[in-house]
Amino acid sequence: MPEIFYWEAIRDALREEMLRDERVFVMGEDVAIYGGAYGATRGLYEEFGEERVKDTPISEAAIIGAAAGAAMCGLRPVAEIMYIDFITLGMDQLVNIVAKNRYMFGGKTTVPMVIRTQGGAGRGIAAHHSQSLETWFVHLPGVLIATPATPYDAKGLLKTAIRDDNPVLFIEHKMLYRTTGEVPEGDYALPLGQAKVTRPGSDVTVVSYSRMANRSLEAAEVVAAEGIDAEVIDLRSLRPLDIESVLESVKKTGHLVLVSEGYKNANALCEVAFRVNEFGFDYLDGPMLRVCAADVPVPMSPVLEEAAVPSVESIAGGIRQALAD
Amino acid sequence: MAPKILARNDKLRLLKQMLQIRAFEDKVFELLARDLLKGASHAYVGEEAIAVGACAAIGLEDYITSTHRGHGHCLARGADLKLMMAELCGKATGYCRGRGGSMHIADVKAGNLGATGIVGSNIPVATGAGLALQMKKKKSVCLCFFGDGAANTGAFHESLNLAGLWKLPVVYICENNLYGMSVSVERALAVKNVADRASAYNMPGKIVDGMKVLEVYEAVSEAVERARRGEGPTLLECKAYRFRGHSRGDSRKYRTREEEEHWRARDPIEQFKKHLLEEGALTEEEFSALEKEVGEETSAAERFALQESPDPSPDDLYDDVYVDYEQGNTRLRRKS
Ligand SMILES: Cc1ncc(C[n+]2csc(CCOP(=O)(O)OP(=O)(O)O)c2C)c(N)n1
Ligand SMILES: [Mg+2]
Repeated sequence: MPEIFYWEAIRDALREEMLRDERVFVMGEDVAIYGGAYGATRGLYEEFGEERVKDTPISEAAIIGAAAGAAMCGLRPVAEIMYIDFITLGMDQLVNIVAKNRYMFGGKTTVPMVIRTQGGAGRGIAAHHSQSLETWFVHLPGVLIATPATPYDAKGLLKTAIRDDNPVLFIEHKMLYRTTGEVPEGDYALPLGQAKVTRPGSDVTVVSYSRMANRSLEAAEVVAAEGIDAEVIDLRSLRPLDIESVLESVKKTGHLVLVSEGYKNANALCEVAFRVNEFGFDYLDGPMLRVCAADVPVPMSPVLEEAAVPSVESIAGGIRQALAD
Repeated sequence: MAPKILARNDKLRLLKQMLQIRAFEDKVFELLARDLLKGASHAYVGEEAIAVGACAAIGLEDYITSTHRGHGHCLARGADLKLMMAELCGKATGYCRGRGGSMHIADVKAGNLGATGIVGSNIPVATGAGLALQMKKKKSVCLCFFGDGAANTGAFHESLNLAGLWKLPVVYICENNLYGMSVSVERALAVKNVADRASAYNMPGKIVDGMKVLEVYEAVSEAVERARRGEGPTLLECKAYRFRGHSRGDSRKYRTREEEEHWRARDPIEQFKKHLLEEGALTEEEFSALEKEVGEETSAAERFALQESPDPSPDDLYDDVYVDYEQGNTRLRRKS
């Protein structure tokens, strides 16, 4: 299988879906001539033209809201919000329109759109360009949330997101665009709500998503050298949440560590913990544990930034601690 | 009211500030290329006349708000190159203790309410500063810098409406460098000029040559006087050009090299230098001396940031999230 970059996987998914369905179009800031801040729409403008690849003014509320309107009128927009930090400017549209219209209008409308965005720390670009805000949207009924960690998942999940009749928030990670992975040629789609066991193990279950799923794998290798056999699960989507896969694993291991780049306080994965508490309490041989970002705005200083989000070392520490108690 | 005439010394100070900004940005570019500096950096090269001319029109009691392209504003407000460079390098000695970096740089004590990474997000803040000044019955004003791209945000429209309605002492200074990242104003703005929008908010709108520092100074002075008289806000649109890419790594394929040449030929520093030479306020020797002085200051700033400044300690990670609270092991608690 060919190895491609994460950004290429996204670009390929967009391109193939645009070829497959003429209702699909892309809009956002700097997506056309520039090809996207992280290059994920490179080449699309040249191939499909201004009609279907639209640069917008810096107007996030209009981007999200106009995507909703276009979706309700028969198109399938893929709107790009350059950084998840800027989704705040379109929050009303997303929370009050995109997520609610179908329900509010008695199921008589659909809002088949995708918002592609990216989050996460790692570039030293500080508090307005490094956040992981997925937790906010986990609290919101009406949108689905994908958080791919690999090129393979990015392509397969984006295709599904575009084909789905529900609004999907597709959250990429800025530090993953230049990572590579095997991606089969040709069409495939991956279901939302299906976690993946990326490393089987028997001692402890580590649940994560996005970039931290990869770091969790690295941490599992670190503790493997100490004789700890961790099972790592990449949720891949936060809504639907594949709690069954987590329960199945915890049943086997008896221990659970949750790893997220979002803030610790009320982290999205607290929901995983609570469901395990509800449906798998008897499986647990020790307290569940979380390794999350510090509850501070992401600082610019590389030293502080690294301290503010989970590292391979802090995840490994979390795994050891879960087994020590 | 006729614009204040600047004394020779003041003009030379402005020239020096413009040179400082240019040299600082060149140094930042170099450090980024050598991987000694991390993060984003939006250079103000080409736009020096705007911040320098505008800040010359206000005093210490006044405020400014800045943008993601904020090094020039910070410097024009009198900031120390060393503390700025330390901040960009994320050092504990920087203006924001290394927390903010390039996009959040500010010498708050100098009345700089901050730079921001969110386009348009300081336009409401400047409006609020104006509100505070009005409510406190001060004669001070707030200068609000923002880009042409920011003029298309909701924050711009809501703020200017409010300021026009309440006659707030704010001077909105649009730095129209013809692009918001890769998107030209022709492809982003429904009207020809940002200044055209002023009438919608019942305030004067004026186009200014943003490559001419004295012209900026005069236009801002006039708007400031108007605000101080209680007559409300003004929208100034300074037409300029950013000489570099939006940030490092921008291949600038959305604009032509001819266009770049055209604007480079109008370099604000060269123009001002020429003006001062012709006026007899400056000699070539004085100019060279000034350049040398600024070069030394910039090197000292680099040394200070990279060699004499410690990184912040991860132990301080939780400091300053709140006033008077600390992050305990189990919960946030009030400091005793
Ligand atoms: C709300 C928001 N949207 C998008 C961005 C990404 N972005 C950063 S700077 C920029 C262009 C800003 O253009 P302009 O206001 O003209 O300022 P300039 O960079 O030209 O000085 C964009 C799109 C952002 N930082 N914030
Ligand atoms: Mg601009």
